[in-house]
Amino acid sequence: MRTIYILWLRQLKRYVRSKSRVFGSLAQPLLFLIALGYGLGPVFQKAGSGDYIQFLVPGIIGMTIIFSSVFSGIEIIWDKQFGFLKETLVAPVSRFNIMIGRTLGGATTSTMQGLIVFLIAILIGFKVNRLSSLLPVVLLMLLVSLLFTALGTLIATKLDDMQGFQLIVNFLVMPLFFLSGAIFPLGGGLPEALIVLSRIDPLAYGIDAFRTVLGGMSTFGLGVDIGVLSVITLILIGIGSYSFSRMQI
Amino acid sequence: MSIIEVKNLVKRFGDITAVNDISFSVEKGEIFAFLGPNGAGKSTTIKMLTTLLDPTSGHITLNGFNTSQNADAVRHSFGIVFQDPSLDDELTAWENMEFHGVLYGIEKKLRRERIEKLMTFVELWDRKDSLVKAFSGGMKRRLEIARGLLHHPKVIFLDEPTLGLDPQTRNHMWNYLKELNKTEGTTVFFTTHYMEEADKIAGRIAVIDHGVIVASGTGEELKSKTQTGSLEEAFLSLTGRTIRADESTGADHMRMASKLWRGGNKR
Repeated sequence: MRTIYILWLRQLKRYVRSKSRVFGSLAQPLLFLIALGYGLGPVFQKAGSGDYIQFLVPGIIGMTIIFSSVFSGIEIIWDKQFGFLKETLVAPVSRFNIMIGRTLGGATTSTMQGLIVFLIAILIGFKVNRLSSLLPVVLLMLLVSLLFTALGTLIATKLDDMQGFQLIVNFLVMPLFFLSGAIFPLGGGLPEALIVLSRIDPLAYGIDAFRTVLGGMSTFGLGVDIGVLSVITLILIGIGSYSFSRMQI
Repeated sequence: MSIIEVKNLVKRFGDITAVNDISFSVEKGEIFAFLGPNGAGKSTTIKMLTTLLDPTSGHITLNGFNTSQNADAVRHSFGIVFQDPSLDDELTAWENMEFHGVLYGIEKKLRRERIEKLMTFVELWDRKDSLVKAFSGGMKRRLEIARGLLHHPKVIFLDEPTLGLDPQTRNHMWNYLKELNKTEGTTVFFTTHYMEEADKIAGRIAVIDHGVIVASGTGEELKSKTQTGSLEEAFLSLTGRTIRADESTGADHMRMASKLWRGGNKR
């Protein structure tokens, strides 16, 4: 327990202290929110789909979370060579606890990033219908953050240096984001291939869950969303901790 | 009694044999230097001694515990200063110590006492609340030594501990370690590329090359065996004069990137 706690605390302290990183990683989602939100708003309205900002915000929260989670997991590559992680690997503590502590820490900071974006969205006009939906949204954000931090960790255990990093951004994170229905509805009229792809994109379920709880329309249903997210998270943590425990540096 | 006992140790990575059937032992309270050219198998051996890598065959006991079967007991028994700093730059010096103490399960009161004592010992107590990223290379190394000693290990491993340090810091550092070796009987196991340092500090030296131990003994013994006047010459006579093709690894790229990003060792 103490291992999990101390590694979680470490992630949190690092997060609070690196203000430039906090703001830096908020720039991209805010740009998307403002440029797309206001840019495509009129078209969306004319198509009879309602207020685009209301539609877009859950997607942008999802975007913030997937980027910050996957990166915090991948940071392990750096960490195993130049960081505290190497120190923890020779300490008399179980690898499983190290991995869990770090993943929980990464997930907590990603959730905080998501929350900041959420609050900014409220400031620029996003309407929350029920205050009671706030707690469920935060819990869902934590679940989605856990999923993608575990994914980042799993990738990091398999890579030796940062050279594969760009590959992961372009071939994994970007597609997951664009196919998730973050910026367009996954409704009728989409090509069949796109529908299929979005069905196997875990982020689609996360964003659908945010949207449902925040008063938007649901594509899959909240139960399915939470079920799929939980199962994938457990699988990723399972494979990740196995791979982490066998990691040799 | 030997504190480290290595028997027929082999490590293969695919077709490459990094460590080829080596055996040696280090006595309790010894200062032991492990020398070899780049790519000779030093780092691989240290990784196996410190439970970071599993041997392909052979076995290692450290403080009486087998590294594969009883890894946690082994981990309690040694401290390590890595070649690349493994401090957390975003944390303060004190927090780095505190985290180490928590990981090793040292009870709070004892932990706080030891942290103060060790940080005073390496003359960093007045900088305890500074972020590590503001530290010089020498200060970081001193902090790492203090951290490595926090759980009172029987053996401390130092992988090229004086690389890039000025003579003052080097001198200081060895003084701490020698004092510790004398008062606590802590066994010191280190690698270095500075031969005069090894000659001056180490009681016994082993030279590894191409994964095999080519010689071991005191500095004097190595010199008389090779009929040379200095350890540097003895080393060259044992390992040849050719420059080793040291394959650049992912770690090297990252070391480079880290220098660019973080501006190297500032101050």
